[in-house]
Amino acid sequence: MAGERLLTRNWDTPDAVRLPVYEQRGGYKAARKALGMTPAEVIAEVKKANLRGRGGAGFPAGVKWGFINAAAPTKYLVINADEGEPGTFKDRVLMERDPHQLVEGCIIASYAIGAHHCYIYIRGELPKAAKTLTGAIAEARAHGYLGKSCFGRPFELELTVHRGAGAYICGEETALLESLEGKRGEPRLKPPFPAVVGAFGQPTIVNNVETISAVTHVLERGGDAFTALGLPGDGGTRIFCLSGHVKKPGLYELPVGTPLRTLIYEHGGGIREDRALKAVIPGGSSTPVLLPEHLDAPLSVDGLKAVGSMIGSAAVIVMDETTCVVRAMWRLARFYHHESCGQCTPCREGTGWLERVLWRIETGVGRDGDVDLLKSIAENMMGNTICPLGDAAAMPTLGFLNRFRTEFEQHVLQGKCPFGGRFALPAGWQA
Amino acid sequence: MALELTAERKQRLAALVGRYPNKAAACLPALHVVQEEHGAIDADAVEYVARLLEIPTGRVEEVASFYTMYKRKASGRYHIEICTNLTCSLMGAEHLREVLARELGIQPGQTTRDGMFTLSEVECLASCGTAPVLQVNGEFHEGLTPDRVKALVGELRTRAAGG
Repeated sequence: MAGERLLTRNWDTPDAVRLPVYEQRGGYKAARKALGMTPAEVIAEVKKANLRGRGGAGFPAGVKWGFINAAAPTKYLVINADEGEPGTFKDRVLMERDPHQLVEGCIIASYAIGAHHCYIYIRGELPKAAKTLTGAIAEARAHGYLGKSCFGRPFELELTVHRGAGAYICGEETALLESLEGKRGEPRLKPPFPAVVGAFGQPTIVNNVETISAVTHVLERGGDAFTALGLPGDGGTRIFCLSGHVKKPGLYELPVGTPLRTLIYEHGGGIREDRALKAVIPGGSSTPVLLPEHLDAPLSVDGLKAVGSMIGSAAVIVMDETTCVVRAMWRLARFYHHESCGQCTPCREGTGWLERVLWRIETGVGRDGDVDLLKSIAENMMGNTICPLGDAAAMPTLGFLNRFRTEFEQHVLQGKCPFGGRFALPAGWQA
Repeated sequence: MALELTAERKQRLAALVGRYPNKAAACLPALHVVQEEHGAIDADAVEYVARLLEIPTGRVEEVASFYTMYKRKASGRYHIEICTNLTCSLMGAEHLREVLARELGIQPGQTTRDGMFTLSEVECLASCGTAPVLQVNGEFHEGLTPDRVKALVGELRTRAAGG
């Protein structure tokens, strides 16, 4: 099934990281077009596109841009390239294979909100992406597409790559801003929202790499044409990160609303060794797990909400029938415990508690009442923290308990992991 | 002993500081550059960054201790960081971690006595489509198997012996 590719159209062209090649393939037309419009017209186009944020929250980008105080003298655009949600690997590839698409999106978005400095906050663990992007920015500057007057127009823009240093929490926008300011990545209370008080005390818009890369295509073909590719209210195509027990894991750019089944069975080739599907995490590790009965759900913000989960960062992690879901959840809890910044007690203590209780269940020393204890811990974390990291740990816990409670109870009753206390090895591996 | 940077790095640092509305904001990039030269963020490195950015050493210290990439002591020549987050584990990473530990004779978090290898277990490296993965000094190695991991360790040993 060959749908139209926008964001990934240059991925098979190895030299697309170079400006002349990018331009030959139609690049930088959208930015030129945008700079010939008024900022309000650009925002209106992005609103029409119904471009929902691709980082996880799914907030419409055009609406977010509309919140910025246009009269403020100094404003910032900050790109969230701190890709770290387990299962997600699209932004890294977007930056490594088509950096100019992001640079072009940054120019358009900065112009729309009136920012003259844009920071790209890139995850520290991605040095290659940072280098590629830095090279692209230098090229764009040398061509006069960035700097004092972009494309010879009276619009000034500086682009700075800012490397993170290893902290998942910095993917949360206010933690990211703290980190950009040279501090510990501890989230801020909202309000005020970044559009009012963001980076360095100034109004700031924070957008994800894929969202801003998509803006280029919104401008290129127009908001109406872009939205028509997806669903009403949730437009365009997006990049799905398919991983886990499928035959062909990878990145697939598909229209918003493509059924989960199509992604896994047509594009992903189905489950490895034709085993039965057991569970799917549909939107990154923070989103509640789904079952085979949910395979017809459309991959969209509303489509996954309707089945009790979230599209998140569109990271689809597939688990076959050999998978111990207690071990899967334990591994995620361990991650959230490690990444909790420690500011809020329910998250700092709750994530560690979840990890410890899950580990004792998985290792056969779970106690009566542990399954209810997990539920109670998770419920007491939900909504009781400054940022969504607490929720991000609680939601998958409640999701796994909700869908697989019996399996948790079996572990406790039998005093052991029915799956042998490990994940099944890939075919051909010797233990 | 006071820390000194090469002229090239000093220049890069100065340029970095100029990219922000205030000096203090350059704390993360400054720590990266200093670590590149010095191998770790120790008391000297903290002092250096604090003086450069005109902020208290406590400010630098709290930042350096928050982020996992700033090392309190230098790693081995090859820092092997294996992801064991969910997708990688589903694809066999827990087993690969054992293979690595056996091959190197160390556990995650340790450095070999000859200073050649440091092994770390890390969180999602944003490469789940080619899981299981690891990084060696920041460079990706993807689609790993036990044999490929053993071969990689062998290659690194050969490379080290050759210069």
